[in-house]
Amino acid sequence: MPKLYSGAEIVFKCLEEQKVSHIFGYPGGAVLPIYDELKNHSSVKHILVRHEQGAGHAAEGYARSSGKPGVVLVTSGPGATNVVTALTDAYMDSVPLVCISGQVPTHLIGTDAFQECDTTGITRPCTKHNWLVKNINDLQRVMHEAFEVATTGRPGPVLVDIPKDIQFAKTKYVSLKKEKKIEIKNNNRFKQKDIDQLIELMNKASKPIFYTGGGVVNSGPKASELLRELVALTGFPITTTLQGLGSYPGDDNQFLGMLGMHGTYEANNAMHDCDLLINIGARFDDRITGKIDEFSPKSKKVHIDIDPSSINKIIKVDLAIVGDVKDVIRSTTKTLKKKNLNLEKSNKQKISKWWQQIQKWRTKQSLNFINSDKIIKPQHAVQRLYELTKNQDTFITTEVGQHQMWAAQHYKFNKPNRWMTSGGLGTMGYGLPAAIGVQVANPKKLVVDIAGEASILMTMQEISTAIQYNLPIKIFILNNQYMGMVRQWQELLHEKNYSESYSEALPDFVKLAEAYGCVGIRAEHPDELDEKIEEMINVNKPVIFDCHVDQAENCFPMIPSGKPHNQMLLGPKDQEENKITGKGKALV
Amino acid sequence: MIKSKSAYSSPSKLSKLETHIIVVWVDNEASVLSRVVGLFSGRGYNIESLAVAEVDQKNNLSRITIVTTGTPEVIEQIVLQLKKLVPVHKVGNFKREDKNVIFKEMALFKVIGNSVKIKKALNACKKFNPVILDQTNKSAVIQITALRREIDKMTKNLKSHGLISVSRTGAVAMTRGAEIFN
Repeated sequence: MPKLYSGAEIVFKCLEEQKVSHIFGYPGGAVLPIYDELKNHSSVKHILVRHEQGAGHAAEGYARSSGKPGVVLVTSGPGATNVVTALTDAYMDSVPLVCISGQVPTHLIGTDAFQECDTTGITRPCTKHNWLVKNINDLQRVMHEAFEVATTGRPGPVLVDIPKDIQFAKTKYVSLKKEKKIEIKNNNRFKQKDIDQLIELMNKASKPIFYTGGGVVNSGPKASELLRELVALTGFPITTTLQGLGSYPGDDNQFLGMLGMHGTYEANNAMHDCDLLINIGARFDDRITGKIDEFSPKSKKVHIDIDPSSINKIIKVDLAIVGDVKDVIRSTTKTLKKKNLNLEKSNKQKISKWWQQIQKWRTKQSLNFINSDKIIKPQHAVQRLYELTKNQDTFITTEVGQHQMWAAQHYKFNKPNRWMTSGGLGTMGYGLPAAIGVQVANPKKLVVDIAGEASILMTMQEISTAIQYNLPIKIFILNNQYMGMVRQWQELLHEKNYSESYSEALPDFVKLAEAYGCVGIRAEHPDELDEKIEEMINVNKPVIFDCHVDQAENCFPMIPSGKPHNQMLLGPKDQEENKITGKGKALV
Repeated sequence: MIKSKSAYSSPSKLSKLETHIIVVWVDNEASVLSRVVGLFSGRGYNIESLAVAEVDQKNNLSRITIVTTGTPEVIEQIVLQLKKLVPVHKVGNFKREDKNVIFKEMALFKVIGNSVKIKKALNACKKFNPVILDQTNKSAVIQITALRREIDKMTKNLKSHGLISVSRTGAVAMTRGAEIFN
């Protein structure tokens, strides 16, 4: 008779076969059998968080910096509901997560039992798929399918809900290799004909631009390499979305910077005026397009994406190529080389006028700000952080708000998977737990969470986690005592009525750091900034860095209020001349 | 035009609304209907009628027929979003005007009255394959199959013939001729 395994053992057997080395979780009544089993599986290390949302974001940081799926383990009821924000965040930003949740025993489901909630019902709209395992014999199939669904196609979160009696129940276990292959929807089926059409468009274009997104990062490091080759080969300018940062070197001359609401003047104007727009792995998000009716009016549009439902969802395109961007770029480069060996030179001549125009836009230096020697400007702080950390392989996470945009604008990334930020959902409190996940996946590397003082307080408790596992993450708080982005919108759109956006009664972050057992550093003057940042980098412990910055600083440039790309606000001066009037407040 | 003051763009012009019949083949498993319906409600799509039942016991397949209204862009999104769901096998999409597709709904009418009145009611239903499922000396249950607007009309007309209760299904659809949808 074959050996029988309990449901809890099967969970770990599956994790082992999926080569999971870390799980992020929090125990509770309905997952105790799984926690009991943890001691017998030394290859799976458990990271105990302080709140289930933290487990979810940490798993996201782990996944985005390592390319492997993040695994979360939570209990029923509040454990599951607490992780919903992180699942939604992962769903919006296409991060592969496998969340295992405990559930009350099957005979109690539907009776309003203690810590019962309809977990699969609640998480249905924020996962790619979820399962309630009511039969022990389904467990291993479901577990492996969960990993398959989370990591294939457009990645995303999945959830497996396991009632407590199923965790105790016993059955046989068949190794994954012996199981028949799981059938998963495959959309990587583009044709050479599509590539030929793309190349024809590229040949005709005189004002082309690449607009690339998180899909390039999700497609793996190879995709970024191939993208660099393609961009060099064509000589076309390239701009990336917030999530695409790092897929192309931030300091390269062909790179126009980030586009969108707080993107550069040259990137947005190039998007508006181009005659060929090649979208690779981005989704025409509303922070990118601005006013839809006036979005890139003169261009032929190409969209390369693994998700067929992204095509024509927001912007109607002329050529859609559904496939893994890595494979599409590879085929494109291959065909380009075959067809035209002297492409680099001929193309550069053809589009030289376009580059002249772009240079003109660049002279605006839209990311400039007026520095001060009396008060730390937040942009200056990010620039100094970049200069002092660029000599090592640094990983940056952020919270959400002004500091996030300044980080995106002023920190330059050269490699993919180095930039973890909550883009789609915009989750304040994302950065600290994400940094924990990044540090777990990349021990010895420098991990900095560029944060705001309001965001950080949302998941502050996770500093305890960092201390417990000796994860020397650096929390770099740009402290302006305001929910800065809220304050900025109130200034621009609501007649400076700063309703509830001032952070009253902030803690002393240095003392707070000491209370948690990590290091607190404060910088209040531009003169001391470099020295303090150096100090932060050199400490081999978690650090909370309280950087007091200008309270009134706004994040520019900015596409205001549903305007098209070519009507950007450049700075405080520009803003006076372009007063925003009329309705629209209601739309936010 | 009034300038927008919002950080979200204002809605652009909508194209014309069309009515479509979406047919979805799904694994007959727990919560599959909720996934499909949740997709519609979550993304703000509209459901006019819904019919669902298992059609293949061996392979455990159910067929869901949804009548929906939307712009061509929305209809395209509905189909693509449905195809992404894990338990969905294939999705058919037909315009209501499509001559190659048959649509039918079924209705049950309960009519109260003497045999003369019931006969009149039955007569009024003549065009729609009426079947008497139950009859007493003062009531009858009549089944008809017809299009949605025909049933709408009948429910109005039968009021004067003693109609007191109506029960009806969503539309089901099938292509004409020998071909099947793939």
